[in-house]
Amino acid sequence: MSRRPYIRKVERSWWLRQPRYVLYMIRELTSLFVGLYCALLVVGLVRLSQGQAAWDGFVAAFSSPLGVAFQLACLTFAIYHSVTWFALTPKAMPLMMKDEPVPGIVIVAAHYAAWAAVSIVVLIAAGI
Amino acid sequence: MSETITLEVLRYHPETDSEPHFQRYTVPYRDDWVVLDALNHVKDHLDATLSYRWSCHMAVCGSCGMTINNEPKLSCHTFLRDYRGGVIRVEPLDHFPIERDLVIVMDSFMDKLSSVKPWLIPRQDRPLSAGEYLQKPGELQAFHQYTQCINCLLCYAACPQIGLNEDFVGPAALALAHRYNLDSRDGGKDARAEVVASNQGIWECTFVGACSEVCPKQVDPAAAIQQTKISASVDWLKDLLTPGAHR
Repeated sequence: MSRRPYIRKVERSWWLRQPRYVLYMIRELTSLFVGLYCALLVVGLVRLSQGQAAWDGFVAAFSSPLGVAFQLACLTFAIYHSVTWFALTPKAMPLMMKDEPVPGIVIVAAHYAAWAAVSIVVLIAAGI
Repeated sequence: MSETITLEVLRYHPETDSEPHFQRYTVPYRDDWVVLDALNHVKDHLDATLSYRWSCHMAVCGSCGMTINNEPKLSCHTFLRDYRGGVIRVEPLDHFPIERDLVIVMDSFMDKLSSVKPWLIPRQDRPLSAGEYLQKPGELQAFHQYTQCINCLLCYAACPQIGLNEDFVGPAALALAHRYNLDSRDGGKDARAEVVASNQGIWECTFVGACSEVCPKQVDPAAAIQQTKISASVDWLKDLLTPGAHR
């Protein structure tokens, strides 16, 4: 009897087969916006180094309706990325205390607490 | 007439078929039947040419993994009652070549599994007279969940990275490597790192997490891989700062 194993090709639409793959792809997409926002902050630093006029132009562009809409989109994606990442942290960073695993909810809560603490420091530093 | 349910099974006979095709079977519906019972009914009463793997019928042997309505599942663990009134589509596991009907070729997995050296590699050889290696309950708990793997390959079928790169070592093998790396009796982490921490190892994983969702034994390979990424990064950093000193 001859062997002739059949290999099925992965379709380009593989990520539409399961809701879990769609959510994964959305999460991957959010990285693009987080990365874009970081790149724009670097552009802002460069404009700042070029003097008052360049910086004012940068601030004006960020304050325009298009700029605000972009930042809102980035904020939404960053929150989605952060929340889904925090939900996964007990898997990546399990802790043992006295030979017992620390409950996942404690690890997740610690991340939210750290997020809040860092946000408060940033807001205070920004003088808000 | 008593109630029935329809199975739609992917068939492939290499002697006669150029590609797989679906074949429908109508089988009796019973509340306490699993998909494997329905396949056995087909084999015994309707079509003896149907090929599939199974053995224990109790989610222990890991032989009967199949794609059931697009989801990798153990057919002995999947009740007909969850699909009542519908059609059950049964296919071989994704991402593996089809040998025949629902039987896949799993040679690639066997090679990957042995490549991560999934056995105890003690730090030092000890004579038998030294007795057994002792382990505290907490040390056992550190890796116990990863010992539950039954090599059913549902995680490989669920992992899109396996579909996109067949050389990826994959969830079950990496979870087993992690199991031995965590074992207090083991000293083989560096020997495994060559494969585990390679580009085809943990770094090919993008944390989709599907492997852990479909695992019938709650092994959680995704967690094992992310933990290995952290551990491998720390080892890399140590090596960079103090070459050779920490080994």
